[in-house]
Amino acid sequence: MTTTGFRADRAPRGRAAYVLALLATLAASPAWADYKLNMPVGVTTTSREIYDLHMLMLGVCALIAAGVYAAMIYAIVKFRKSAGAKPATFSHNTTVEVVWTVIPAAILVALAVPAAETLIRMNDTRNAQLTIKVTGYQWRWHYDYIDDGVKFFSVLDRASNAARQLGSGTDPRSVPNYLLEVDKPMVVPVETKVRLLVTGADVIHAWWVPEFGLKQDAIPGYINEVWFMAHEEGTYRGQCAELCGMDHGFMPIVVRVLSKTDYEAWLAAQKSEKSAAQ
Amino acid sequence: MSTTAFDTHGHDHAHDHRPTGVVAWILRWVTTTNHKDIGTLYLVFSLVMLFVGGGMAMLIRLELLQPGLQFLNPRFFNQMTTVHALVMVFGMIMPAFAGFANWMVPLMIGAPDMALPRLNNWSFWLLPFASALLILTLFLPGGGPAGGWTLYPPLVLQLGDAFPFMIFAVHLLGVSSILAAINIIVTIMNLRAPGMSLLKMPMFVWTWLITAYLLLLAMPVLAGGVTMLLTDRFFGTSFFSAAGGGDPVLFQHIFWFFGHPEVYIIILPAFGIISEVIPTFARKPLFGYAAMVYATASIAFLSLVVWAHHMFTTGMPLAGQLFFMLTTMIIAVPTGVKIFNWTATLWKGSLTFETPMLYALAFLFLFTLGGFSGLMLAIVPADVQYQDTYFVVAHFHYVLVPGALFGAFAGAYYWLPKWTGHMYNETLGKLHFWLTAIFVNVTFFPQHFLGLAGMPRRIPDYSPQFADFNFISSIGAFGLGAAQLIFLYVIIKCIRGGPKAPAKVWEGAHGLEWTVPSPAPHHTFSEPPEIK
Repeated sequence: MTTTGFRADRAPRGRAAYVLALLATLAASPAWADYKLNMPVGVTTTSREIYDLHMLMLGVCALIAAGVYAAMIYAIVKFRKSAGAKPATFSHNTTVEVVWTVIPAAILVALAVPAAETLIRMNDTRNAQLTIKVTGYQWRWHYDYIDDGVKFFSVLDRASNAARQLGSGTDPRSVPNYLLEVDKPMVVPVETKVRLLVTGADVIHAWWVPEFGLKQDAIPGYINEVWFMAHEEGTYRGQCAELCGMDHGFMPIVVRVLSKTDYEAWLAAQKSEKSAAQ
Repeated sequence: MSTTAFDTHGHDHAHDHRPTGVVAWILRWVTTTNHKDIGTLYLVFSLVMLFVGGGMAMLIRLELLQPGLQFLNPRFFNQMTTVHALVMVFGMIMPAFAGFANWMVPLMIGAPDMALPRLNNWSFWLLPFASALLILTLFLPGGGPAGGWTLYPPLVLQLGDAFPFMIFAVHLLGVSSILAAINIIVTIMNLRAPGMSLLKMPMFVWTWLITAYLLLLAMPVLAGGVTMLLTDRFFGTSFFSAAGGGDPVLFQHIFWFFGHPEVYIIILPAFGIISEVIPTFARKPLFGYAAMVYATASIAFLSLVVWAHHMFTTGMPLAGQLFFMLTTMIIAVPTGVKIFNWTATLWKGSLTFETPMLYALAFLFLFTLGGFSGLMLAIVPADVQYQDTYFVVAHFHYVLVPGALFGAFAGAYYWLPKWTGHMYNETLGKLHFWLTAIFVNVTFFPQHFLGLAGMPRRIPDYSPQFADFNFISSIGAFGLGAAQLIFLYVIIKCIRGGPKAPAKVWEGAHGLEWTVPSPAPHHTFSEPPEIK
């Protein structure tokens, strides 16, 4: 699996918008390969349920919008004074007013049910197989595999850091995974329930990997529990999602999901590296 | 006007040794207690701030035009996003609607002036000083506020010398709003012409009455919150410092208890304006007036119990997430009622499409779109993905720009002839409308895609995969900014001259404001009008 964090191969929705946008910037944009319109489906059960909820909401909203906009457009076209429309004098209609109060309320309740179900699953952090403490610093992440004694900082990689300086003269497009690469990624095994204990050391940060459907504020004084279980091996990328000062845009998150054997090998290497250093 | 009852016991004419020339002109505006003068001051001030805040937005979009840092360092970029928001919210859109309220509420309820004219003067004149204080912090050592307009600690406590100035500016802006709110409530409750019962008031007056109550409930909470920040920084308290036993999330609760009503404080007066404009140009009464009043009141009430939907990723208990998800979704019901009722007002009307109506119709379409993305944001699991991304930026700009700002544009074109006595240039007005309506979508629609694709908000630089939509968005923003110069030109041209406007400017207009001449004389309704 060579899946990358932001999938280039999934852009299923919004062809019309795609064409419009394409026309609008045809002259200006050389790189279309990375083009993306929609939320990633992701590689965890949570992210897939979120994607489905998102598409459900989008669908319901689009349907209602189609109805409401059709009525507005019809009224605007049909009841023009210039087309000879004479104004009616009615000012209310209790029946329709009750109908368009009750029906939206019913739709909302129907939508809240699947959302609540997913939410309850997301909050269930029991039976985790691996626990990692994640601490946000200005402006880097620290990962602590608390049961294995492995801990390290993860910072923006050198190439991105050099290119992102004001007036660096480096074209960001020439830097692989510009702003989305770190020196040392978090590593986790596939098909394993990983519990994160998320906190902040100085100000509030937020740990976010879109492909996991997981975003958690890292707040000083709080240890928030969240979990994910990645079903596909690969490298997944995200960014700090809470404004945390000057370099908020420059503390990415990279997670490598390995097979369980590869993960054990990685862990052993980390441990021997640590004992060699002592 | 010296025969009116109002002037005979005014003491304006008692002083004979008045200054002349520029000094007199300045003193007239500084000391005025006339609701029309103060309304004009508010509106001119907010127009200036539109360009100040807009200029900052241009800088933000300039930096985001291309990946890589080209123009601004990250620190200054953060100052621009922060101050852009504060200026637009407190300096531009709220004063704009306060200006509409000052001008129009007394005219609409048949009152001679606001109930508390001197307080009115003070609530306006706090504004320019507070705003100047806020903007001047950009030039202090360490720069201006850069922690976001939400002022979250601990980050906001890292601000340099600007910190106490920013807090003081927020206090002054809050005092200004609270005083204006008190004045509006007292005016509406006490100075309605005989026979104008509450349920006969124009919709704009209703929405402002409810807004004013929301202001009274929300602004003191913000004042309390920022005062706690101040004591945390300077007086050794630890309200928000975990190291001292405090809680950083407490501030977020306080801020959003103010901040969510605040978004309705901004949008409800726009609802009011739209409810005036659509019936006029549909030549048909507002559909479901009573339902509109109740919907507005419901929205205002619900806005007080949904605040934590801004905080779904802070680690809230499940019960809290469910509660705030449901209450947030319920807001869609009264909001839907308003949209449906406006559409029903159009139904079987006789529509014409002057500039105010064009803005009202664009409001109808685009505010609804912002409402839909708001509904999506209410779904907690999905919000986990949307939170703090450009999807949120797109959402709130849709409700604030084609929502609140288009409401203000509709109102400005609608009442400009009443204020100036001249018709504005309809061709230029329509040009302004079409450019604004197109560019607003070019600017903000692609931001939905950016957010879904994973671009966080408040970052000065981004991965090249976000380059295309950022480029489109920036081009749209430059167009949007440039189009506002037309608005400025139309207003100046209209003030200086133009075809004479009749008392009843629009064929389908109803209401007391259209019974007084255009321009509205300095003193109106010194004798209360008759309400049928």
